Amino acid sequence: MQVELRQIHKRFGTNHALKGIDLSVQAGTIHGLVGENGAGKSTLMKILTGYLTRTEGRIFLDGGEVDNADPASAARNGIGMLYQEPQDFPPLTVLENFMVGRDTEPDPDRNRQRRRLLELADQVHFSLDPDQKLDKLTVGERQQLELLRLLGRGVQVLILDEPTTGISDRQKARLFEALRQIRDQGRTILLVSHKLEDVVALCDRVTVLRHGRVTGAEDAPFNVPGLLAMMFDAPPANDTHRQSLPAGEVLLSFEQVTAEGERTGLQDCSLDINQGEVVGLAGLSGSGQGLFLRLAAALLKPATGRIQLRGVPMDLKDHRFFKGTGGVFLPADRLEEGLIPGFTIQDHFALASNSNMAAARVSATEAIVRFRIRGEPDTPVESLSGGNQQRLLLSLIRLESSLILLENPTRGLDVESARWIWENLRRQFIRRGAIVFSSAELDEILEVADRVLVFYDGNIVRDLHINELDYQDVAAAMTGR
Amino acid sequence: MSRINRYLADTLLILVIVVVFTSLLLLLVGASPHEAFGHLISGSFGSWSKFSRVLNVWIPLTLCSIGLLYAFRAGLWNIGVEGQVVLGAIGTVGVLRLGIDSGYPMVTLFLAMLAAAALGGGWALVAGWLKIRGGVHEIFAGLGLNFVAMGIVLWLIFGPWKRPGIASMSGTEVFPRELWFPTLEGWRVSPYAIGIAILLILATSWILNHSRFGLNLKAVGHNPRAVVLFGLSPQRYLLIAIIISGALAGLAGGLQVSGIYHRLIPAISSGYGYLGLLVVMLANFRLLPIPFIALFFAALNVGSIQLPMMMQLDSSLSGVIQGACVLSALLVFGIRHLRSRGPGN
Repeated sequence: MQVELRQIHKRFGTNHALKGIDLSVQAGTIHGLVGENGAGKSTLMKILTGYLTRTEGRIFLDGGEVDNADPASAARNGIGMLYQEPQDFPPLTVLENFMVGRDTEPDPDRNRQRRRLLELADQVHFSLDPDQKLDKLTVGERQQLELLRLLGRGVQVLILDEPTTGISDRQKARLFEALRQIRDQGRTILLVSHKLEDVVALCDRVTVLRHGRVTGAEDAPFNVPGLLAMMFDAPPANDTHRQSLPAGEVLLSFEQVTAEGERTGLQDCSLDINQGEVVGLAGLSGSGQGLFLRLAAALLKPATGRIQLRGVPMDLKDHRFFKGTGGVFLPADRLEEGLIPGFTIQDHFALASNSNMAAARVSATEAIVRFRIRGEPDTPVESLSGGNQQRLLLSLIRLESSLILLENPTRGLDVESARWIWENLRRQFIRRGAIVFSSAELDEILEVADRVLVFYDGNIVRDLHINELDYQDVAAAMTGR
Repeated sequence: MSRINRYLADTLLILVIVVVFTSLLLLLVGASPHEAFGHLISGSFGSWSKFSRVLNVWIPLTLCSIGLLYAFRAGLWNIGVEGQVVLGAIGTVGVLRLGIDSGYPMVTLFLAMLAAAALGGGWALVAGWLKIRGGVHEIFAGLGLNFVAMGIVLWLIFGPWKRPGIASMSGTEVFPRELWFPTLEGWRVSPYAIGIAILLILATSWILNHSRFGLNLKAVGHNPRAVVLFGLSPQRYLLIAIIISGALAGLAGGLQVSGIYHRLIPAISSGYGYLGLLVVMLANFRLLPIPFIALFFAALNVGSIQLPMMMQLDSSLSGVIQGACVLSALLVFGIRHLRSRGPGN
């Protein structure tokens, strides 16, 4: 199905997010949509799926104008979207999830549905057990199921939002293979991503957005520097230069720590983290990294074992003690765990710094400039884009902090912002303390960390220093080989 | 349209809905809306004596409402206000009984008010503690504690504090005059009580809107998970909020005793706890409108007393009007909210 968007405008209040986007996607192609955070990619796709209403503009499918005023009508028009977070029902089985939500042609015959599921899975070479409960599946498998569900619904236009986040390389390869097959069946695929590597590997054509406008388009094979130039105002800087410092005093130590939680738990973990280290926690999402960070931040208590912060046992201490000794923890889930919806940027500074409103306004204004947050001191945080929310969280870290724990700190950020943030974090904190971060991107970890801990199924299976790192080995360890 | 204008427009719209609805209801039972509204107004604002009675209702109702606001800021539904009012009244009666012949009536009254706040706050703390330690939702805890409080009052009236001679539903023995809250000639309301209410409104305005505590409380209400990362303990703020809420309700109960009834009666709370919930919802959980709405509700309560005598209508008409107010307010706010989000969002 051919998709054409003409002069799409979207205003959120005074914010003109999309300024007249024209986009034409040929049937049977994979079309990439790239751009930095806040460029308008997600907004544009949400308009196509009827999730957001457009302020102006027209949508044509195979030359016929459609309204797509709400998700249901867009779905009837054959448009389906694979979201970054799986939109499924964890208490149900794979088959039940496959059967859910097909209002056009409900078919309660489980056997027929099962055959249909297996048939579709076979076409794209996925192997899923229909009777498996969803909470036993990896994110990648849930994504596969979601894809099958969309195919089962007969979508003609498939939109994918950052589909390779948090899935293994093997699953990624399988996904790409499936997507090519789906394209060859004549369906249209739109891939939203800021991972140029994925886009280059998969797409037939790419459109670049910047600040709500189309800045260019290109057919495969792509000229990557050219794409980068269209994405960013300035060309991205070169690699951060790392100088590893000699390891200082022990900041954090785990002694045979075992804890429950996060599906896998954490088993028998012993290690020290020293001043001057940047430690990357690698592993497929949900392999125990989040648990490790929350234990270190005294947000959770271990079942057995001992955690010490600067030599003080944390058995009876809480997160306030952790903060009092210079600790900071930034969770991945910004709006749910990190920020306070309904509060403005300025309110967050007041809350974080114990200062009055006037002082908070000054700090907020400074941070907006320094961290390039697209917002005003009075902007409520929920109206910031994901990347800008992350910048805000990072800007709230106090300068005197010494142990910085970050959960997926650059998730949803474009390459340029991520690089800028890492430069800043290194420059500000590394002499005084340590940074421990988890990331779903192995590349990022290898680029940034001095030391890598590889998590697999609740165990730390590798503890490697930068000079003994081997990409293949880490990747293999992550998948348990 | 500015926010104030919009709010006034909403208020006007709500009043129109309420008047139309109530008029239809009155016509249905064959009464004249014009006459009924006339009696409501003259019965509450007709004379200073009547208006001072309205203020007597306004004070405890306002205290309960602003107390509730603290709980709502922290994200708590303190349904237990009713019981907290009752406990405040019990505390006051307890202290006043001890101080009957002490010779220091003002000191006794002051201590009685402290006891009211303490018992109200303590009773609320039980609900808060049940929530935090026991995982009992505060609505159920509050509801349960309301019944317990009611039971305690009846037990006291018919047991330890019964009137010499005969216990009765009309309550305990009336306190001597010197233990009444001082008032002026021709006033039915104590100027002290008015002063206390106004002071507490001003203090609340500062605390909730301009203090650090208020900001923290609001943060806890908005996202208790995130405030932990800002180094705050949500449990602590929840408990403080519900204690303040209960203390203000307790104070309302204390004023019911020392300013109005001068004894403990079974219906000592007059239902102001629940009515306060309506006031706060009608105020859209903001402080500024609360004193005005409370005044309106108080006027309805006092004015409706006329209805049975003058028109053979039940005085529960005031309850109907108050309920209709809240429902139409929720409707108007709801529509406004849907509109602001725009279709399809």
